[in-house]
Amino acid sequence: MYPSGMSGGGDSSQAMVKVQPDGSAVVTVGSCDIGQGCKTIMAQITAEVLGIDYEAVKVVNDDTDNCPLSFGTFASRVTYVDGLATKLAAEDARRILFEVAAVMLECSEDELEAIDNQIRVKGNPDKALPIGEVAGAGTFGMRKLILGLGHYMRDPAAMDPETGECDPFCTLAWAASYAEVEVDTETGEVEILRLVNSYDVGKAMNPTHLEGQIDGGATMGVGAAMSENLHPFYPSLDFQPDNLGDYAIPTTMDVPDMESVIYECPSTNGPYGAKGIGEMTANTPGPAIVNAIHDAVGIWITNLPATPEKVLRALDAKGA
Amino acid sequence: MSNVIGQRVTRYDGMAHVTGETKFVDDQVVPGTLTVKALRSPVSKGKIKNLDISAAEKMPGVAGVITAADVPCNAFGLIPDQPVLVGEDIRYKGEAIAAVAAVDEDAAMEALEKIGLEIEEQQAVLDPLEAMKDGAPQTRPEGNFQIWDDNNYRQVNLGDVDKAFEQADEIVESVHLHPSVEHAPMEPICSLAVPHAGPKLTIYTVSQALYFHLGMLCGILQMEPGDLHCKQWKAKTGSAWRHNTGYADLNYVGGTVGGGFGGKNDIMADHVAALLALKTGRPCKWRWTRAEDLLYSTFRGAWHITIKDAVTKQGRIIGRQMTSIRDAGSYASLNPYVVEKHCYLGAGPYFIPNVRVRGYCVYTNKPPASSMRGFGITPAAFATEVQMDQIADRLGMDPWEVRMTNAFRKGEFTPTKRILNSVAVIEVLQNLAAKAGVELPGHLKAMASTQERG
Repeated sequence: MYPSGMSGGGDSSQAMVKVQPDGSAVVTVGSCDIGQGCKTIMAQITAEVLGIDYEAVKVVNDDTDNCPLSFGTFASRVTYVDGLATKLAAEDARRILFEVAAVMLECSEDELEAIDNQIRVKGNPDKALPIGEVAGAGTFGMRKLILGLGHYMRDPAAMDPETGECDPFCTLAWAASYAEVEVDTETGEVEILRLVNSYDVGKAMNPTHLEGQIDGGATMGVGAAMSENLHPFYPSLDFQPDNLGDYAIPTTMDVPDMESVIYECPSTNGPYGAKGIGEMTANTPGPAIVNAIHDAVGIWITNLPATPEKVLRALDAKGA
Repeated sequence: MSNVIGQRVTRYDGMAHVTGETKFVDDQVVPGTLTVKALRSPVSKGKIKNLDISAAEKMPGVAGVITAADVPCNAFGLIPDQPVLVGEDIRYKGEAIAAVAAVDEDAAMEALEKIGLEIEEQQAVLDPLEAMKDGAPQTRPEGNFQIWDDNNYRQVNLGDVDKAFEQADEIVESVHLHPSVEHAPMEPICSLAVPHAGPKLTIYTVSQALYFHLGMLCGILQMEPGDLHCKQWKAKTGSAWRHNTGYADLNYVGGTVGGGFGGKNDIMADHVAALLALKTGRPCKWRWTRAEDLLYSTFRGAWHITIKDAVTKQGRIIGRQMTSIRDAGSYASLNPYVVEKHCYLGAGPYFIPNVRVRGYCVYTNKPPASSMRGFGITPAAFATEVQMDQIADRLGMDPWEVRMTNAFRKGEFTPTKRILNSVAVIEVLQNLAAKAGVELPGHLKAMASTQERG
């Protein structure tokens, strides 16, 4: 279980969508792509709303002089919050295109739709104009800057200090993991044979990205469960690892076969029903692995990571 | 293809990444850039008795040395408790005390050795359980606890937990330790500050939150619009979110980050690079080594979690009490927010009518912990999901049945009374079982989140 957006609300994201004179578009947001792929998602949303090719969208997010405000890339918020801002901005830009096209097609704006790189009268392919023609006429003929603006912020939530009662998040996504392990009772080594991850994401905006994020997060979960410990003699700082040989994040050899299954229970307000799952992908594999170890050999490892030493000690204690 | 939502379109920047074309901070080359190195505290707690940079400043190749005296507003953070450079009180081993900008790494390292430093070491507390005790040495002047509304913990209370324990058939308790975990992104901490005539400053940053850090750096530099060096501005709100204080003088450049995972939500290098750039008038780059990144950057602080559940013979959880202790390290960073998020949702995706969560944010003399992927929920998920299997084990029940029996249904609410309208815990479990090849009994297959609880 994980929320989208900052707990307590009040986190803003803005977006600008500019339609160029040839009908291509530039979407500008202030959130960072830390590898999760938000540039792809913002380009997809812009293309979807404007009815243009994904390849015709450029994404700019690289400085504060040019990009609008975003609180940042954390709290699994970017697809949801920036996604809503981008959708609003693209709809705003599309509204300007419709103003132009309504004059050109001699119809009202609400009769129009944007699809297949055209602005056309809904359901009437004969009354259609290429979007580049509309954008060009709007820019040069009508002296317009086809710039759409969007801003999404969930209101800050009031909180009762005694009960903690509040409505702190946009939506919740759900996940569960299943692990099969083999425990070597001689050495204490645990091999993860199989890991299955099941998610509700609201809407799978880009299934390839989603699967990558699930596998990547699960790998992080495997690391936290099996090998990573910044303070191996916790709470002391002794022998703290200072290189990636000693601080053991999983290698490809440590990662089991992974499969994922996606469910779409739409969020009520997210873009196209989407929910954010960026962070939670690291959460469920760890307990699944620990529970599988118990299922295999009857010990509980409640102090992570489940190193061979801890497994052997627990087996000893159980045998005694 | 214009209908692209839900489609497997090619990653926008994938080709640039895999061909090495993408530029990260360390790929930015600006002629005349100075190399920055920091003098870090060798002790976990102490007082600086003497700091002498005069010899270091005179070293060949050294363009500038800064200490706390060079920082206009030497307190930053969401709760602005953290100095850019230690003035007097050292709170963790590795805390930066001074920084040097020199023509190359050798010159910078040699200059660090010439800095005179005398410290009176004090007793550090590294164990949060020790720090919580009465009479424990102070890990920081504000006290060892984060305070919320006169309490030294954050709380969520729903229903009557004590009554639930009286009514329980079984009481199941488990204790968990989730260790300290490092983000370990491929791209370590790095910052390049380039001064321009004007005065203006461009910061090339690894930040995963450009605007957050733009605002924070404006506060540190005490900037008014159009004046980088104005000393008049005072923090009025105590907030990092400072409006109209010189955003126009700074440009934060980044947006493409080589991994963050929450490890780049705090300013770690931009402030020092900026201060040295302003002092020397030259571009300054501070690139942390992998060792510095592992030893001194933020991390997921350890969690001690105790869960006690009141359970019926049928496997229904009627009461849950969680006591969670976060080892926050030495500064607030995002720790209080992490603990709040833990308290909101820590009890898990289950409808439990009586819940008491107490989250303690305890300060120790470790480097500051902060956000990491999952904030406070990752350790909570570990503890609660192992607890679910322990309940099943105690009752001799199928763990799938225990989870699905207690899973949220549509229209039910979380411990903070947030009513849920998009719920799929049961469906996610059913899908998981199907994919894993686990045959669920008929009544679990027939269950649905939209059914009212019987």
